[in-house]
Amino acid sequence: MDSRGLLAIWVGKVAIGLSRWLGKGGSTFPGRVARRIDPDLLKKLARLPKEGNIMVSGTNGKTTTSRMIASILEAAGKKVVHNRAGANLLVGITTAYLARATWTGQLEVDVGLAEVDEASVPKAARELAPRAITVTNFFRDQLDRYGELEHTFSFIREGLEQLPASGLAILNADDPLVASLAQFSPAPVTFYGLADPSLAQEEEETRDVRFCRQCGERLEYGRTYYAHLGWYHCPRCGFRRPEQDYAARSVRVGSRTTQLEVSTPAGDLETEIAVPGVYNAYNALAAVATTMSLGIAAELVEKGLRNFVTSFGRMERLSMAGHDVFLALVKNPTGFNAVIKTLLTGPEKKNVIIAINDKYADGTDISWLWDVDFERLAAAEDKINFVLASGIRGEDMAVRLKYAGFPVQKLAIENDLKLALEEGLRRAGTGEPLYILPTYTALLEMREIINKMGYGKPFWEE
Amino acid sequence: MADLTISVCHLYPDLMNLYGDRGNIIAFTRRCEWHGIKTVVQSVTLNQVVDFTTFDFIFMGGGQDREQQAICYDFQQVKGTSLHEAVEAGVALLGICGAYQLLGRSYKTGEGLELPGLNILDVWTEAGHRRMIGNIVEESDLFPGGPKTLVGFENHSGRTFLGPKVRPLGKVLVGYGNNGEDGTEGAVYQHAIGTYLHGSALPKNPWLTDLLITWALERRYGRVSLKELDDSLEVRAHQAARRRAQETWGKIKAGVK
Repeated sequence: MDSRGLLAIWVGKVAIGLSRWLGKGGSTFPGRVARRIDPDLLKKLARLPKEGNIMVSGTNGKTTTSRMIASILEAAGKKVVHNRAGANLLVGITTAYLARATWTGQLEVDVGLAEVDEASVPKAARELAPRAITVTNFFRDQLDRYGELEHTFSFIREGLEQLPASGLAILNADDPLVASLAQFSPAPVTFYGLADPSLAQEEEETRDVRFCRQCGERLEYGRTYYAHLGWYHCPRCGFRRPEQDYAARSVRVGSRTTQLEVSTPAGDLETEIAVPGVYNAYNALAAVATTMSLGIAAELVEKGLRNFVTSFGRMERLSMAGHDVFLALVKNPTGFNAVIKTLLTGPEKKNVIIAINDKYADGTDISWLWDVDFERLAAAEDKINFVLASGIRGEDMAVRLKYAGFPVQKLAIENDLKLALEEGLRRAGTGEPLYILPTYTALLEMREIINKMGYGKPFWEE
Repeated sequence: MADLTISVCHLYPDLMNLYGDRGNIIAFTRRCEWHGIKTVVQSVTLNQVVDFTTFDFIFMGGGQDREQQAICYDFQQVKGTSLHEAVEAGVALLGICGAYQLLGRSYKTGEGLELPGLNILDVWTEAGHRRMIGNIVEESDLFPGGPKTLVGFENHSGRTFLGPKVRPLGKVLVGYGNNGEDGTEGAVYQHAIGTYLHGSALPKNPWLTDLLITWALERRYGRVSLKELDDSLEVRAHQAARRRAQETWGKIKAGVK
């Protein structure tokens, strides 16, 4: 490491220490400061892991998929540098790498693993020079940030185009837009997807990708698993879901865990993950496909997934004042719908806080709330004691619920997150769970409040 | 008194449904339910030929460029004539963002290419260089009881200008509006409204929803006065949105970090 890089690392590490002493997360500021000193710092650090770097991107599931990959790599005895807190812009990735580096500029790890925000993929690929890129899915997320799906697609395409011929692209076969990326990869492509007929959906959820990217014709589906993911084909040009190298033949989804049987080129494996939901089956599949394609043995993959601990804000479980408290980040309609489905499983009465902010990282246009299926929540109101609408746009959330048919007597507005949490804990019945569904900045604030109250570990200690 | 029914047409719900615009259908139908009015919603999409005069309220949301191009031909050739007839006959109509633009005379792209619209609203749109994005508050004199404010979120780079045959929906108090220059937002002709309001447009503006409902009832039932509902939650959200618009004015930028 040259002197400029060293200086950047030292200043970065001091910034991390300072942030933590102040009780802040410190997951992007140190990277920002370090990059000012040495804009090539990440590029230099990324050359050090012996087995190269893996990048994970896509709209939903980046953090969970990355954490599952990390868990598998650790089970395989590998040392990993990874932006586990989910700070996925270049500054966040840089912070993670410099935090792991020594004061002498060494990075004693086997693998670098970075979850990357879609728009940052081209630049991240130039700096990390990854050997593998995993793409989970494309959903409409925060349109005021990215514009259109096509725009997001082109970012990830630009990243894939930089893969070396000796690299690997790991793509979700069940997502037509992700599958369309294959033709742009100079490296071989591995596909993963679901193949369990019992999971096929009947109802139509909000599908945003409707047209064949090759010829513009509307896609038809033989089977839909989840939103626009499934077995699709184009009636005009024949574009269809590619063969899955890694296929989940059986998925059993519970209210807390999911069991999977996956067929792979190296044989079958069976595992269990401690998170519910079809969307987590996809995340686990992506992790299996990525790690096995990179040579990890099936037993280690199984073990790693069993060890997987759900991450910060993604249906994270805490214990507070005698209640199970679940924190689940909500950032777009599909994610929210999945959280609502999960929330409603199980016989106990639920107590719910929904915290909606509209800062830059949350998405400044809260119209997306009207694309969420709150009608499903309202229809199950007999299972719910109350919903507290919180955050900067709590009032909008309350109106949304009123129009979804949720009884107004069970609805209250408390914009202040701390007061909402206190009220939620007070009103929840003995032994009943409290679900907190915040948007991104509300999640960060909520976590700080929870930490200050003495519950939960700061996320950088996980 | 006979049961009141409103026949609603949701145009291109599968293609033009960006930014939660379906919230307008939810708000309209739910409020009708609370007013004791039955609604029947029919989805109409590409290649379907319908007689739009059989509907009382037509709604069309915004869409991505790709979808807008996909419907443009159908909108003109298959739907256009009947939509014209419906608007002239007094059918209520609400078009958001891209739908608003397509209801106008034309849209001129950044390269100078002029695409024809339906010419139901006397407006035309030109592509602009800056993105007009953020919370918006406008004051509208459309309402019989006196001026009322409307709140929402706008996000467009198209600049729309009004001709003599339409009146603006509102005068901008906070935000950009139609073009960021003349202080107007939206356009109204007969019972057709075009607007850049997302949010969605109707939920936090219950008086606008009720106005559209009375328009929708007019052809078949004449002037119907709607019973008053408890709008305290909507009004509270409306006020909060006004404050938020003030706080965030000029601070919301488009684009990527």
